[in-house]
Amino acid sequence: MTDTRGDAVACDARQSPLERGRILLNAGAMNLPSETTPPLAQANSLRQQPDDNGHFGQFGGRYVAETLMPLVLELDQAYRAAKADPAFQAQFDDLLEHYVGRPSPLYYAERLTETLRESAPDGKGAQVWFKRDELNHTGAHKINNCIGQILLAMRMGKTRIIAETGAGQHGVATATVCARFGLPCVIYMGAKDIARQAPNVFRMKLLGAEVRPVTSGSHSLKDAMNEGMRDWVANVHDTFYIIGTAAGPHPYPEMVRDFQSVIGKEARAQMLSRIDRLPDLLVAAIGGGSNAIGLFHPFLDDADVKMLGVEAAGRGLDKEHAASLAGGAPGILHGNKTYLLQDEDGQITEAHSISAGLDYPGIGPEHSWLHEIGRVEYTAITDTEALDAFQLLCRTEGIIPALEPAHAIAAVAKRAREMDRDQIILANLCGRGDKDIFTVAEALGVAI
Amino acid sequence: MSRLSAAFAKGHPALVAFVTAGDPTPAATGAILDAIVEGGADVIELGMPFTDPMADGPAIQAANIRSLLAGTRTVDILGIAKAFRARHPDTPLVLMGYANPMTIRGGDWFAAAAKDAGVDGIICVDIPPEEDAELGPALRAAGIDPIRLATPTTDAARLPAVLDGASGFVYYVSVAGITGLQQAAQASIESAVARLKASTDLPIAVGFGVRTPDQAAAIAKVADGVVVGSAIVELVAQHGAAAPEAVRTYIQSLSTAIHAAREGIPA
Repeated sequence: MTDTRGDAVACDARQSPLERGRILLNAGAMNLPSETTPPLAQANSLRQQPDDNGHFGQFGGRYVAETLMPLVLELDQAYRAAKADPAFQAQFDDLLEHYVGRPSPLYYAERLTETLRESAPDGKGAQVWFKRDELNHTGAHKINNCIGQILLAMRMGKTRIIAETGAGQHGVATATVCARFGLPCVIYMGAKDIARQAPNVFRMKLLGAEVRPVTSGSHSLKDAMNEGMRDWVANVHDTFYIIGTAAGPHPYPEMVRDFQSVIGKEARAQMLSRIDRLPDLLVAAIGGGSNAIGLFHPFLDDADVKMLGVEAAGRGLDKEHAASLAGGAPGILHGNKTYLLQDEDGQITEAHSISAGLDYPGIGPEHSWLHEIGRVEYTAITDTEALDAFQLLCRTEGIIPALEPAHAIAAVAKRAREMDRDQIILANLCGRGDKDIFTVAEALGVAI
Repeated sequence: MSRLSAAFAKGHPALVAFVTAGDPTPAATGAILDAIVEGGADVIELGMPFTDPMADGPAIQAANIRSLLAGTRTVDILGIAKAFRARHPDTPLVLMGYANPMTIRGGDWFAAAAKDAGVDGIICVDIPPEEDAELGPALRAAGIDPIRLATPTTDAARLPAVLDGASGFVYYVSVAGITGLQQAAQASIESAVARLKASTDLPIAVGFGVRTPDQAAAIAKVADGVVVGSAIVELVAQHGAAAPEAVRTYIQSLSTAIHAAREGIPA
């Protein structure tokens, strides 16, 4: 056990954010009307997926080469043990509080709400609230998952970390936790993404990571994930693969969801604490879908809370896009069965989005399941709509969002105008936009 | 006796030769397959190209891309197999590839189409025994062998699950890694094959990283078959549509070494 772990254990006696959340949640429950009573363990709960083999309905599973199967099974066992270990949870909570800066604020976006009401019909214009995960250390929700996975890696005795990245946010978050815990780190990144995300590449290098350009396939996120799998299969004994989204072979979709669920758990408790009610609609952007499942999952059994996942419609759903649910079909890639962009022969087609973080031809399997059972509604927002929403939030709230949540904000702007003024929309502001200013400037035709 | 069983019952170890379908073009593959048979290969593994070949090294990745860029479709691959079967009634043909192209129209469709094309066995890289329902039952119903992979990470506790439902032969992936790069130590191959043979009567073919006739012969001393892939694919990359001559010569050097590997060794 290292000194740093000792520090974490020493903090045990203090109240973790999660514990505080539970207290808030329970306190709120006492004053609630019955229809918003927080769900307890329910026989027909939507929060009990996946099954033991990682299936969410027909989706998920473990579709990997035999060389990786024993590792994936070992990872599953190790994760079960960690999940049941209060010391692991305590260490995770402690790092989220003191290193990441959780809980992130819950914020009522008053001027955005007022601005949207100006163009809404009489009596319409829902209140817009944000979960401020862009205020996390490293600037996005990605770090929540990286903290959880690196703790698990160390628990398993792994000594080398690999990860894939698209926009570079997951790469930066992984490089960050590797620096924090002193583990060597290799990040696979598509050559195309390296060219368009230079600041994040430099950040990863500053943090001590080796960034390996991927020049196979389409030179982007899916190819970086292929390369991550190839590295893992060749370094099975010492390497832990920190997958950045709620996809991949079981247990990754469940594990990433669990680590990201801190977003929804906090938001639920904060809502109850602040205004003694739950939101009417949750909104989150979806590439692989980790921030969205993190927000949605703790609310899945709250029947009155509607949910909207926002895919990237790119240049339009009839042109190039990254909307796997809207424009794809079920298939098998990267270890799981899920909706994929593909042709009739099952060849994977290239995704496009102005947001590199949404530029992936698949989606986490739990979203595919939630889509099929109808619990979550999914929509898609174009590059242009996201750019408009990006600027809208900058000017109304003084917040520069990442292009990923700009898609969610665009969907919020549409829905808020259709909803009553006493209704509440809660959207996840899952990343900040510093990384995107060059992309946005170029799209707006501004030289900087 | 199935074509695959017969290929492993010739009284000498078998050469299993891999090439990617449609590389460099769908029209060119037939002549390359003929050259492989003429060179003395005992089993053909025809790779189905995929946009995301996660288990393959640079040589076969590049072959996949060349094939897809040349416009190869699933219907072309089935056509290549069917034409091969008409020209070579006795040489077993195995399709090797990834789950998504094999299951996109449903396992039953694929099994029926493969059967119709005269395919004898299927190796699907990313459908482990745990997900057998995806394709296995359909293949067995169609009389096609689902060929399973065993690897250095497949331990004794897991091996029965891998062998359960396997038929045709067992493909021992001798290296924990991707195709075409490292070679396994001969000693580790020998102990792995002995371990497998203690658990199954199916023939054991060993592959990954095998390039030279000497290497192939050393493996053939202990295994029932030797799989060679990347080295053949590299010849196709180098010679393009003119590859058959180079492939035939290379296959001959391998098959001669493999077929003679156990001469003088008591059975």
